[in-house]
Amino acid sequence: MPENEERMKVDYDEEGERRVMRRVYLDNSATTRVDNKVVEAMLPYLTGSFGNASSTHYWGQEARQAIEDARQRVATALNANPGEVIFVSGGTESDNLAIKGVAEAYAKTGRHIITTRFEHSAVMKSCADLESRGWQVTYLPVYREGVVRIGDVQNALTDSTVLVTVMHANNEIGTIQPIAEISQLIRERRAAGQKNLFLHTDAVQTVGKLPVDVQALGVDLLSLSSHKFNGPKGCGVLYVRRGTRLHKQLHGGHHERDLRSGTENVPQIVGLAQALELAVTDLPARMEHCRRLRDRLETGLIAAVPYVRVNGDRQQRVPGVTNLNFDFIEGEGLQISLDLKGIAVSTGSACSSGSTEPSHVLVALGLDSENGRGTIRFSFGVDNTEEDVDQVLNVLPALVDKLRQLSPRARLILNHEPGGQMVPTII
Amino acid sequence: MYSDAVLKHLTNPQFVGEIERPSARGESFNPVCGDRMTLMLQVSDGLIDEARFLVDGCPPSIAAGSVLTGLLVGRQVGEATLLTPQQVSAELGGLPRNKEHCAILAIDALRAALATLPAVSRTESTRFGEDQNP
Repeated sequence: MPENEERMKVDYDEEGERRVMRRVYLDNSATTRVDNKVVEAMLPYLTGSFGNASSTHYWGQEARQAIEDARQRVATALNANPGEVIFVSGGTESDNLAIKGVAEAYAKTGRHIITTRFEHSAVMKSCADLESRGWQVTYLPVYREGVVRIGDVQNALTDSTVLVTVMHANNEIGTIQPIAEISQLIRERRAAGQKNLFLHTDAVQTVGKLPVDVQALGVDLLSLSSHKFNGPKGCGVLYVRRGTRLHKQLHGGHHERDLRSGTENVPQIVGLAQALELAVTDLPARMEHCRRLRDRLETGLIAAVPYVRVNGDRQQRVPGVTNLNFDFIEGEGLQISLDLKGIAVSTGSACSSGSTEPSHVLVALGLDSENGRGTIRFSFGVDNTEEDVDQVLNVLPALVDKLRQLSPRARLILNHEPGGQMVPTII
Repeated sequence: MYSDAVLKHLTNPQFVGEIERPSARGESFNPVCGDRMTLMLQVSDGLIDEARFLVDGCPPSIAAGSVLTGLLVGRQVGEATLLTPQQVSAELGGLPRNKEHCAILAIDALRAALATLPAVSRTESTRFGEDQNP
């Protein structure tokens, strides 16, 4: 398999002429291609080295060695101790174990949790579950810029708070949250005597995209997922700082320090460690690469299409993500139109019966079913090229224009502007 | 997720636009998803000569408008009154359950438009032909 396998898409132009075009994948926040070096590292554990790491014989010990080696590599990448790395099935399990695990372990200390209004659903639903069982949860605002304010965290902390869980960067708009500053607040309260107060961050969207050092961030728990940085799906990590107790969520055979029972998924764990090591080693170059492509796309689209807005703060965000709102159109129409042109992106505003609003993230930014309707997320990864960006710039403005031709609102506004591009179709 | 027919109409919707002095004009709005459709018809001697639509909506709503206008052109007003969301959906090769409201949006626009026709234009109408003159 070539390193950058290009998939082709057959398309027909307005005259019905057949054209073959490259497919462009700009949905790397959803998932990424597994790196070939990662596949190579995993293969022995999918074939000959099949042992159960709990077995004390040769086969088992071979698997045990692979897991402990992976644990060491993950710990090094995060600046943690190997004993603080728990392998789990992915980001969702990691978030669930961190939040419910801490809440249940310290229920006698207090039953208050602080989070934000635009966390990943694994965090939101874990908090909602705890709420239904008697915990109190404070959901902090994130404002138009999509960044939580330290003052709000400070005001929300009480003597019964046991956990603050704030994502490192948002999955839809990429804005980075002030985790180290929140940690400082928590350390101050701990120094003042509130020992059982912990900080969790969902770093699923930042590991492999930003420097993630658990000491520098000052977190007690951190969640990451392998498939977001060119590793395999079905594997993640919960970092648990020594001294943090968790109530286990899966009962069974005492695996992973008795915090997560279940026979270890050796090939995935080996793949995760390999992918993480590659991402961290290459991090500055990857960040620069993604930032350059993202900025090229963003600048190009804003210049080419009227009525485009960037959602969230443009400075404080991960390098490879931009979330744009194209006024007067509906996101799903543009997303599918792009897909039919071979370009894969995602939308935060698909309409369905029973849903009047865009995603909870966009709602948290203050957007509604009018001004958050045409939202598209473009997310870059190591495989993307300038050619990919240029393909989007070639295709997208015409698609937006075509969709706006359908919109009564767009016709009303754009046709009455000096720079308005639309020509009415009146017969 | 969507049928080839929906994708075809999304890519190349037919009868998009407005009619300058339409015989009938109707609007529909789905407060649940926020989609909005405008339908205009040119009718002479009980026959729909022209149909145009505009929509603020998702792919199935665009496709439903496109299919509906296609079904209307050349049809007697009386026949048009009998069109149902199920027919629009069937023309689109079926819609996902949570998108069936898009076909209803189109038929609602049609019914709103037909209700604005003077009674004489819908002499063959069986459902809208009552003595009202809106």
